[in-house]
Amino acid sequence: MSLPLGTTVRVSARQDERHHRTPGYLKGRRGRIERAHGRFRNPETRAYGGDGLPEQELYLVSFDLPGGDRVLADVFEHWLEAAE
Amino acid sequence: MSHGHHDHDHPHEPVTNAGEPPAAVRVRALEELLVEKGVLEREDIRRRIDWLVSRTPADGARLVARAWVDPAFKRRLLADAREAALEAGLNPGPSPVVVALENTEQVHHMVVCTLCSCYPKSLLGPPPDWYKSLPYRSRAVSDPRGVLDEFGVELGDDVEVRVVDSTADIRYLVVPRRPEGTAALGEEELAAIVTRDSMIGVAVPVAPA
Repeated sequence: MSLPLGTTVRVSARQDERHHRTPGYLKGRRGRIERAHGRFRNPETRAYGGDGLPEQELYLVSFDLPGGDRVLADVFEHWLEAAE
Repeated sequence: MSHGHHDHDHPHEPVTNAGEPPAAVRVRALEELLVEKGVLEREDIRRRIDWLVSRTPADGARLVARAWVDPAFKRRLLADAREAALEAGLNPGPSPVVVALENTEQVHHMVVCTLCSCYPKSLLGPPPDWYKSLPYRSRAVSDPRGVLDEFGVELGDDVEVRVVDSTADIRYLVVPRRPEGTAALGEEELAAIVTRDSMIGVAVPVAPA
């Protein structure tokens, strides 16, 4: 599955004590798919000596800041949820 | 020295040199273990460090200067910076994807890694200390204009700031705007005004006086 550019998404707010690369300040935030980078090994298993397979889709997602500025961050698809 | 079999129920001599930060102590302990277990050789670590410190922002500056003078190269750089670096005879590093972000009259990019210190080391060399500091990492995504102001970058309200948080495998390089008054300069002279900070997006290149 891959998400079309411009799709509105929400970053999962789930807590995870194990290694992951979804920054806390983005959890629960609404964003928009800006760029699809392709598939990359999953850092959540690589961090523990695993092979990171299956690879996961990685997206550049944009988030609004007050005043019209934006933060863009790379987020793996398994941290993205459908947003209404 | 082997730590393989005993329980840690007895005191060790402190492993620290006076004043050495805890992270440095931890890294040295890890290095000891990796070498002891045969995962790495000291020579591997030394070669890797030598390579890293041999990289400088001059490589990134070459790409930017060429993009300024060659629109076709700029298109290739923005489409695939890894390929463009290879084309320019540079080593784009181990990241499978390098993305160049163009600053324009309307958009100003700046790069941060809020999780650690991801940085296009192959093209810019080791990151500056402030890039790895908690204040930069936290404030870049909450108050980018305040941070830019402290770096001396003033942007109009009509310019959108895009802070790019490199949270995964991609490395980002900012292509700053070519300053006014540089029309007569050649590629090499232009490369000399492209600073490291301008390719992180916290400075703008200035024409030579």
